[in-house]
Amino acid sequence: MKNYKHYLIALLGSTVLFSCGNQNGKSSSNGALNSSNAEKVYVAPGEHDEFYAFMSGGYSGNVTVYGLPSGRMFKEIPVFSQFPTSGYGYSEETKPMLNTSFGFVPWDDAHHPDISQTNGELDGRWLFINGNNTPRIARINLSTFETEEIIEVPNSAGNHSSSFITENTEYVVAGTRFAVPVPQRDIPIKEYKGNFKGALSFISVDPTSGHMAIKFQILMPGFNYDLSHPGRGKSHGWFFFTTYNTEEANSLLEVNASQNDKDFIAAINWKKIEEYVNNGGGTKMPTNYAHNVYNEESHTGTTTMVKEVLTVDPTKIPGAVYFLPTPKSPHGCDVDPTGNYIIGNGKLSADLTVHSFDNMIAAIEGKKFDGEAYGIPILKFEDVLGGTVKSGGLGPLHTEFDDKGNAYTTFFISSEVVKWKLGTWEVIDRKPTFYSVGHLMIPGGNSRKPFGKYVVAMNKITKDRYLPTGPEMEHSAQLYDITGEKMELIYDFPTHGEPHYAAGIPAEILAPKSQKIYRLADNKNKYATLTSADARVERIGKEVHIYMTTIRSHFTPDNIEGVKVGDKVYFHITNHEQDFDVPHGFSIIGQNTSELLIMPGQTKTSVWEPKQVGVWPFYCTDFCSALHQEMQGYVRVSPADSNIELSWSLGE
Amino acid sequence: MKKASILMIIGSLFLLGLFVFPLWNIMLGAPQYPEPLGMNIHIDGIKGFNEFDIQNIDGLNHYIGMKTIPKPEEMWEFSTFPLVIAAMVFLGVLIGVLGYFKKVSYKWFLGWFVFMSVLGVLGMYDFNAWMTDYGTNLDPHAIMKIANPDGTPMTYKPPLFGNAKMLNFDVTSLPDTGAWLMFIGMSLTVIAFFVGKKSAKSIS
Ligand SMILES: [Cu+2]
Repeated sequence: MKNYKHYLIALLGSTVLFSCGNQNGKSSSNGALNSSNAEKVYVAPGEHDEFYAFMSGGYSGNVTVYGLPSGRMFKEIPVFSQFPTSGYGYSEETKPMLNTSFGFVPWDDAHHPDISQTNGELDGRWLFINGNNTPRIARINLSTFETEEIIEVPNSAGNHSSSFITENTEYVVAGTRFAVPVPQRDIPIKEYKGNFKGALSFISVDPTSGHMAIKFQILMPGFNYDLSHPGRGKSHGWFFFTTYNTEEANSLLEVNASQNDKDFIAAINWKKIEEYVNNGGGTKMPTNYAHNVYNEESHTGTTTMVKEVLTVDPTKIPGAVYFLPTPKSPHGCDVDPTGNYIIGNGKLSADLTVHSFDNMIAAIEGKKFDGEAYGIPILKFEDVLGGTVKSGGLGPLHTEFDDKGNAYTTFFISSEVVKWKLGTWEVIDRKPTFYSVGHLMIPGGNSRKPFGKYVVAMNKITKDRYLPTGPEMEHSAQLYDITGEKMELIYDFPTHGEPHYAAGIPAEILAPKSQKIYRLADNKNKYATLTSADARVERIGKEVHIYMTTIRSHFTPDNIEGVKVGDKVYFHITNHEQDFDVPHGFSIIGQNTSELLIMPGQTKTSVWEPKQVGVWPFYCTDFCSALHQEMQGYVRVSPADSNIELSWSLGE
Repeated sequence: MKKASILMIIGSLFLLGLFVFPLWNIMLGAPQYPEPLGMNIHIDGIKGFNEFDIQNIDGLNHYIGMKTIPKPEEMWEFSTFPLVIAAMVFLGVLIGVLGYFKKVSYKWFLGWFVFMSVLGVLGMYDFNAWMTDYGTNLDPHAIMKIANPDGTPMTYKPPLFGNAKMLNFDVTSLPDTGAWLMFIGMSLTVIAFFVGKKSAKSIS
């Protein structure tokens, strides 16, 4: 009887939940529609998703990889943050990746991922992402899904209008959110106006290796450069940045930076500036920044400190930079797939301002200027305006595009996604999001060729969307089907960290080239042990180097003696497996770093400083086989003054 | 007879396929190997179906105490078989050419076929004997010693032909391209015999 009662309550509960779902999801829905929505997001066991979605982790400092439409998370790729799960930022090989001019910085705020493009279409070679706090740009290899390179951006602070790429991945562009003294110096904060600069950095990307190098930095007036996007198609060669705080306030910005009715979108003719610096233009400025490169063959990162950067004064290059007045502290700066429309998402208004590239060129040619700011011509608002979207929403932040001439804009304050038509500016549909949506993403929606099947809304506030987990919760994403005239909310899923933006790509582009193992024969790590016969232990003064190998299910060697208190012990571990998805782990008692997770064919190094005499065990942390639990060994640690010789063995 | 002789020559030449394509293929699939591991058995050695399959099969087999898969230099077969096949191709072509110039009768074609069949059966017998040894002659210190329900130690001889379930693996053993080409070639030599016989009759 009691069970029966529980059953009734459960039934009632589910009925209530069910009707809630209807109210939240759609205006008019019934069970049949809901079940078709379930089919849309259902990826059967063993089946694959249609798209990859790379979401920035925000304050997690990393990138998470999801499948669409299922919302299943596949991986967290460590980028700017130490990641004990794999040992990234803890292993000797990966520690250099987090070096900066400020020393080792084990965390950042990762914001805007962007996938490399060729001819304005996604090519799926690399993913770029910016570290906001200690300005950096990272490049992730999309066949290994590993961070391969991180370059620090000098003269920048709050690296927010980043990391967007030009349509042939000529440049990855990084703009500063905070204006700062350039070069940094000790001056009163009140002397901001006129003294602080906003550096926009154009970082060239080698078309073969992907290696980044800062080609030039444009030293702009000291506004805040919020977001940016490249021109494409006819506007290829230009880059557009939204600005706020053109008031140049240095305190209480929420009031003082909201006074001007219009801020600017800065239009940068980077091709012109590129030509200028190629002809010897620009000023070399002494600086100091880290450039960290991870070598795929040696599985090792190295840091180079760069001491010089080429700066450009934009007023010295006529026709290189113009300001487009844009109402109400615009946030997102988005360019449609044709390259003609530049959308300023005026975050403090209800309307969206759309500039026309054609109008802009005509205004420049007709010299229709409305004064200048710090020597940079301001174009007349009416002459560059392409149209205004009277949205009826509040707080537009970001816009993405489908392949049918529609745009989709998030409204943070009114918590909704609004679909509107490019050219006619009419609103076609609006759907609520839960809650306070930040950015949104359509796979390829920031390229010449969007794949307009889904839009993902990334929300800042979660509240009651999932079972409660105390005060702190994951953020929430909402998935909409956009194949019809009206958008349909079809799924909710939690996201890790705070995704500020995402980049999506059809699975068929990436999946076939995803690497399965690292070839042991190609392992060029300085400390690799390529055959288990070469496994050994060497002492150099107080340093002990253990060259160890792993294969299911043992370490070679697994008994080591002759280590002393006060030694610095390096475990250089090479995983000899050449089988897909057979990593081995390594951990030893009292390790002051993290474990290592070593992929097949890889070498990783962990440092252990034994502080106590004894016999200390180590083991494999990855359940690698039926005999995983047997995958263990001992290190004997003797007093500092003992004279026990080094010895090592396996199976004796 | 000319037609028959040309068929005989072509039939014998089909055996050359064995120098390029595998004779036999054994695939091992398991729940955790959705992409099965596999071995291609060539007349001159055993190769992985994918690059690291042999290493991975050996890695798994060490649990149950099986020997590692032999390298070409570890089995006399892998140096002898290529010589035998080359000799049979030569012989077949020679018989065909002699038949073309009417130096030998069509009966030689059948003779070659019978000889080749005997060699083939011997080869299969040898191959099966090796698999029996490989699957039953296990290391007494094996990590996993599994018994059959009747208490006898479990053995792991792959099937010569067809499917078998071995522990968590589904093993499929089938002739591969090289064997099929040999089969076609040998069939052609039989056809050559009958064509030769028919033309001999029509002349007499
Ligand atoms: Cu292991």
